[in-house]
Amino acid sequence: MAHFSFKINGKSHQVDVDPECPLLYVLRDNAGLDNPRFGCGLGQCGACTVLLNQVPVRSCMLSAARANGKEIVTLEGLGTPDHPHPVQKAFIEAQAFQCGYCLNGWVLATKALLDKHPHPTSEQMASAFEGLICRCGSHAQIAAAVQLAAAAKERSA
Amino acid sequence: MALITDNSRRSFLKAGGGLLIGFSLSDSRVLPQLMAAETSANPAPGRLDAWLRVGTDGGIRVFTGKVDIGMGVQTALSQIVADELDVAFDRIELVMGDTAETPDQGGVGGSTSISAGAKPLRNAAATARLMLLQLASTKLGAPPDQLQVKNGVVSVKSDASKNISYAALAGGTDLNEALRVSGGGFALNVEGRGKPKDPATYTIVGQSVPRIDLAPKILGRAKYSTDVRVPGMLHGRVIRPAGAGAMLQSVDESSVKQIPGFVKTVVKANFVGVVAENEWAAVRAAKELKVNWGPPSASFPDNVYHHMRSAQPKATREQPAKGDAGAALASAAKKVEASYEWPFQAHATMGPGCAVADVRTDGVTTVWSGAQKPHALQQGLAQMLGVANDRVRVIWVEAAGSYGRAGDEDVAADAALLSQATGKPVRVQWSRADMTAWGGKGPAVIVDLAAALDAHGEVTALQLESRAFSGTEILPQPNSAGNMLAAQLIGTPNTTGGDEYVGLGGDTYSYAFKNVRSVGHIIAPLYSSSSPLRTTHLRDPNGPAGTFAGESFMDELAAEVGVDPIEFRLRYIEDPRAKAALAAVASKANWQSAPSPKRTRDSGNILSGRGVALALRGGTIVATIAQVEVNRRSGEVRVKRLICAHDCGLIVNPEALRGTIQANLIQSMGRALKEEVTFDRSNVTSVDWNTYPVARWTDIPELDVILLNHPESAPTGAGEPSSRPTAAAINNAIFDATGVRIRRVPFTPARIKAALA
Repeated sequence: MAHFSFKINGKSHQVDVDPECPLLYVLRDNAGLDNPRFGCGLGQCGACTVLLNQVPVRSCMLSAARANGKEIVTLEGLGTPDHPHPVQKAFIEAQAFQCGYCLNGWVLATKALLDKHPHPTSEQMASAFEGLICRCGSHAQIAAAVQLAAAAKERSA
Repeated sequence: MALITDNSRRSFLKAGGGLLIGFSLSDSRVLPQLMAAETSANPAPGRLDAWLRVGTDGGIRVFTGKVDIGMGVQTALSQIVADELDVAFDRIELVMGDTAETPDQGGVGGSTSISAGAKPLRNAAATARLMLLQLASTKLGAPPDQLQVKNGVVSVKSDASKNISYAALAGGTDLNEALRVSGGGFALNVEGRGKPKDPATYTIVGQSVPRIDLAPKILGRAKYSTDVRVPGMLHGRVIRPAGAGAMLQSVDESSVKQIPGFVKTVVKANFVGVVAENEWAAVRAAKELKVNWGPPSASFPDNVYHHMRSAQPKATREQPAKGDAGAALASAAKKVEASYEWPFQAHATMGPGCAVADVRTDGVTTVWSGAQKPHALQQGLAQMLGVANDRVRVIWVEAAGSYGRAGDEDVAADAALLSQATGKPVRVQWSRADMTAWGGKGPAVIVDLAAALDAHGEVTALQLESRAFSGTEILPQPNSAGNMLAAQLIGTPNTTGGDEYVGLGGDTYSYAFKNVRSVGHIIAPLYSSSSPLRTTHLRDPNGPAGTFAGESFMDELAAEVGVDPIEFRLRYIEDPRAKAALAAVASKANWQSAPSPKRTRDSGNILSGRGVALALRGGTIVATIAQVEVNRRSGEVRVKRLICAHDCGLIVNPEALRGTIQANLIQSMGRALKEEVTFDRSNVTSVDWNTYPVARWTDIPELDVILLNHPESAPTGAGEPSSRPTAAAINNAIFDATGVRIRRVPFTPARIKAALA
């Protein structure tokens, strides 16, 4: 066991955990968050995505020790019901997802993609999204949401 | 019992852009549970208040045994009840799938939640509306036929200033009454004095209301079964046998005792689990526990299709025949035959199965589960624990899309055994391999087809002979202990499995041929108990396999007689709505009438083609056209566009329906192109997303969905029918492009390349 500190959704958290414990379980069990979600534990699907210093990472593959001292944003920290993040608004407007279990990956990857490339090319989108799984097959609405989010970003720019 | 309950817990707020954000799953849905010495009988359906109660604030709380597995059923049912009662959509709160609070409607499955499941809700709402109008009539001094209702306020038609709200009417008044009950399971219905509305007068049904569940999910505020946390809860993981039929030799608990937070190992016959105070400790313990297994006793075949052809069928059934197909085939001018093969496929749900169980020392049990059929699960768990049904309460909490009997049932049994052994509530979530390798499987299927053509190219007979593992080896209803993997591992046999055949009509479109014969064989399971290849319902159970065969074969026949595939089908279709669906999809796709394969093969490596397939499932008609490109050098098939015409009668929520159809198209495309469960002698070797690939971002085609609305026809179903024709449409497009007929799914590059060589 070792002591670590994180900034999670703007608040600091101190935990004593196994240094090898993946950040996923720190966030779910120690910080009591519902997002991220466990999908594979292998870094293959993206359901456990969080932003680590603004960069989307697979929290199932990142140890507490390596995440120590970092700033973490989870889906619930991206926006609030009163003030949803524009990317969340776009996904809601597009009515994206069936079950939605995978959506941490898609929403946070979209946020990071548009921060970097406000007008993403299809290659940039493929690079951001090809590593994500949506088993229900909601990709068409996800694509619509990404377009809406990009358009909204352009309007607000 | 009064028709009045506490205030609605649900709150609503508006977010930017006028988006309705409703929070339907508050923590209080998760907290109720059975306490010691309590019992929990299923609410009897023959009373109005078992279905619907009017709150003192005018909110309507609806109780349904239906659940929402990610396709928007919660929203559609809310629309239906709101419309029937003339209240605003956002005044409806659904309580779903709690065995202590909701009538047993058989859970969900078979795309029946709207077609059958909404009926009792609609009828209960109509009766509540009638009773409220009668009350209002007395209060307002006007006969009921002079009253109108808008947004839950009853007023006199000629003088709207005379009015009273449902909330005021329901306050302190007993409005309950008996309902006539008929049917059971999916077909459970109730009828009362109230007559449902004429569908032509619907104002909320038919609108694309935003789905209730999506905004909370996207905002990170939704609760899934993975997020249930109860006081004192421990975390469990299971360790499956090292191969089907391997017997446990020994477990060395000392190998994990040093893990901080480790609590104990639980061993019962071949069931092995670990329990820890936190999830990571449970994950570590499951990985590090030293377990010795004996040799597996299963011996899975190298080639499953060879096995299926050579094995003596476990059971055989011939459907009632039409005419004499045998005679027609014997005297045919031309006989066409082909065999099609469909592999084992996995549900591979996005979130591995998860449940929390709290089994008290007196057997009183609460289980939080995302399983599709909570009332059946209550029975199965009670049987496994050896307690009466009313000692077990199952509370449904949404899970990752399950597409059938995926494994939320099995993991509930795992959690129950671990809770029973520790005396504490235990949460179990499976690993990815537990889910993909050890979850239920859709069965492998072989379909042999033969057709007789006369001298004019007319089909005079069609014969189908299928060989399939049963889609109900594991019944989709987990209503017995032996249905569940954990119980099988502790030696409880599966006694409720059935023989589900693949046949003409049920699994294929029924064309109007003069002579038709259909024989189905069931192949015995490859291993009899606790097998990773046990077969059960996976989306549209045998429809994709049967329709892959039936609709590919129709294309072969059309090619044989040199007729355009749509024109050829139309010769044998009587239903005007099926004809309309084909016409709509053909028009949208700009289909050029011509026989397949296309006359002029593309030069270069990329060969393009188009194909069509038709399906009818539970009254829903689906016609799909695929446009594909085949790379003849690599064998890669790229689906460029899928166009789908969909007729499910009355449409409740067009945009939610469109989303579900689009998702079905993509998922079923992935199943056609990529999905096949692989296995060695005793283990499934499809264990993760690399070894069980599904459709990904760059695979996604352009999608066009044409919704054919028939408000005059009762809704049929839409959860899965659009999965049915996709594989055949793609296959027919591959044939159109290449002139080569593929007869086995999935259409992997290696398989296509070999076929083209």
